[in-house]
Amino acid sequence: MESNRKNVPQGAHAATAGGAEPNYINAHKGIWSWMTTVDHKRLGLMYLVGVLGFFAVGGIFALLVRTQLLGPIFKGASGKQEWLFSGETYNKLFTLHGAVMVFLVIIPSIPASLGNFFLPLMLGAKDVAFPKLNLMSFYVYILGGAFLLFSIFTGAVDTGWTFYTPYSSTTSTSVVSAVLGVFILGFSSILTGVNFIVTIHKMRAPGLTWVRLPLFVWAQYATSLIQVLATPVLAITLMLLAIERTIGVGIFDPKLGGDPVLFQHFFWFYSHPAVYIMILPAFGVISEIITINSRKQIFGYKAIAMSSVAIAVIGFLVWGHHMFTSGQSELAAAVFSFLTFAVAVPTAIKTFSWVATMYGGSLRMNSAMWYAQAFLFLFTIGGLTGLFLGTLSVDIHLHDTYFVVAHFHYVMMGGTMTAFVGALHHWWPKMTGRMLNEFWGKVSCFFVFAGFNIAFFSQFVLGTKGMPRRYANYLPEFQYLHQISTIGSYLLGLGFFITLCYMIQSLINGEKAPPNPWGGRSLEWETDSPPIEHNFHHQPVVTHGPYEFPEIDHSQAPRGGH
Amino acid sequence: MSQQTAHASTAGHHPKYLAHHFESMAQQNAAGKLGMWLFLGQEVLFFSGLFLAYILARIFYPETFLAAHELLDWKLGALNTVFLLTSSLTMALAVRGAQVNSQKQMYWNIMATLILGGAFMVVKYFEYTHKFHDGLLPGKLFDAAKAMHNGVPANIPGAPAIFFAIYFVMTGTHGLHVLIGMGLMIWLLIRIKRGDFNSENHVYLENVGLYWHIVDLIWIFLFPLLYLVR
Repeated sequence: MESNRKNVPQGAHAATAGGAEPNYINAHKGIWSWMTTVDHKRLGLMYLVGVLGFFAVGGIFALLVRTQLLGPIFKGASGKQEWLFSGETYNKLFTLHGAVMVFLVIIPSIPASLGNFFLPLMLGAKDVAFPKLNLMSFYVYILGGAFLLFSIFTGAVDTGWTFYTPYSSTTSTSVVSAVLGVFILGFSSILTGVNFIVTIHKMRAPGLTWVRLPLFVWAQYATSLIQVLATPVLAITLMLLAIERTIGVGIFDPKLGGDPVLFQHFFWFYSHPAVYIMILPAFGVISEIITINSRKQIFGYKAIAMSSVAIAVIGFLVWGHHMFTSGQSELAAAVFSFLTFAVAVPTAIKTFSWVATMYGGSLRMNSAMWYAQAFLFLFTIGGLTGLFLGTLSVDIHLHDTYFVVAHFHYVMMGGTMTAFVGALHHWWPKMTGRMLNEFWGKVSCFFVFAGFNIAFFSQFVLGTKGMPRRYANYLPEFQYLHQISTIGSYLLGLGFFITLCYMIQSLINGEKAPPNPWGGRSLEWETDSPPIEHNFHHQPVVTHGPYEFPEIDHSQAPRGGH
Repeated sequence: MSQQTAHASTAGHHPKYLAHHFESMAQQNAAGKLGMWLFLGQEVLFFSGLFLAYILARIFYPETFLAAHELLDWKLGALNTVFLLTSSLTMALAVRGAQVNSQKQMYWNIMATLILGGAFMVVKYFEYTHKFHDGLLPGKLFDAAKAMHNGVPANIPGAPAIFFAIYFVMTGTHGLHVLIGMGLMIWLLIRIKRGDFNSENHVYLENVGLYWHIVDLIWIFLFPLLYLVR
């Protein structure tokens, strides 16, 4: 690879589009050059393909779950009237949907694919700090995914993605394989986190101070901290669960003197921070898209950067709000409730800052911006309904109902996945060198937004009326709301299918992308589209902040840019 | 063009062990060490779950812990503590050897660390087989009748199965880390023989050292918590 770089003629960097130097995609040929690559851009792309593939799998499970709930109502044990699936199959379907979506899609979605691709570019580095480790993380991810999906063929899992004991240690389904899969995926997550933190600390270009970092990098930094510090607790928990199932070690087994609630504490000590692993990168994406398309300095740069870190820290101390009904002490519940409200503050700081950034900006409503607007709307609903659930008395009523389901889908799907798809629209030209079709981008965003709200707002109503989550059956009065929800889920699926179509079309005959289609100031826009193998023609030197756009009028501002 | 020439002049001194994406050995070494510290943070959190389980079980069954720890041989535990503490010293001396460019000091100190780690595992092996023989096993495998039959006072109040569950999971996870550390030592020995390390480039050696110290540190907590209960 070194020799390849030296062979390049000195004047090569003058050419911006289609220059003499090959880009990262065609620099090496053959499948083997992809399998053994240590190039962060190629690995980012491979993660993207993996994540999108698993997203399709998880999405199909979701549509099957919704289709089941469309159907006629079960008569129960007496008059057996089944629609599509038996209750057992239904349990396996929603478990697989949850496990695939959480561990294989949302957690690696933005960090592993777009983070891998853009972090070194934004830092002006040639690669991440540990490229070989990066390759290993990718294979560990694939291996973990294989284990998790292998469980389908050995009887699948019916515990829900939370694997709660004592059910998970006694059910006859294939828990060990699934749990091992998640355990292995945890390694991938930890290694990626370590890699990113070191990269951000040690690989920044000259002049790229901490307050000149794009906010996407700050968000990745906070995310990586959680990945490194929370994931090992999940690892030990799942290891104990696997030992429990194989030799009956008893730590979660009340018969032998263990405590099943300990599992819940362990699990949520990871899985609540993991919620922030899922949403923080989305915050970073939204900061980028909204600012670049508002053509003005972001409002409250430091507040947004610090609130990411604050969320990461406080997020470690709120896990008990998943367990208000588990019999934990009233004092603990009150403290967890208070901290849950506290974590809403930095989150709200971000939301208000994004809105303030758009205020008075000259907005460019491209399809990425459409997705960012959808994010603001959906995430705000998701966040505010989280406060309902953080309120002790209200949670007793809403615990384990569809209200909870709707809440976390508004945050995870309406928040993270909307931001992820928006980010794909934003950075697609840089990654592939092709533009996406703007018209169809907006059409798909419309379907995603409308379908999503129809699918999940109805579930808020279902939840407040008392529909419990994870049931294959329901009372007749819930049927029309379930049917509305299912129709919404089909529209949502259609929206994503449209996205898939015009992405493929773009790859085949999309318009060639210029290096900087949106007029960004951060470093990833200073190289070619797609970037050359070593990212930059020469070491970039940073002299300005990430959002100091040339059209900003400094004459009016008392404390303008540098 | 000025950047191009500047790059060419810095590229003049390019040690063979400097990876292409780093500018200098200082940057490469600092990155390696920060990465290892983060990984150690991860290790601490990994074991913290087990320590929490220990604390809970001990709060639930203080009398079990008091009685059951008598069935562990504190002399063997103390011997193992000596092995591991000494091995941390030889590990540190190996890093010192790298800093002063002494291939011999590096090689023999890593060898000593490997042997002491092996001695730890041998003692652990004898402890484990003894427990297996007496039926002092974790969870539902715990067999008090068999232990009594072998003359072990296993009529312990509370939940002895949980004590041995925690004993085996904690020492087993720790022992696995010792084994991984020994594998890393063998890898280091091969690389030292190849002449890969010197005063400028020994971040691998230092990182394995950091890892070994945390394995040692975890044992320093395990030994009193399991063997010296009062």
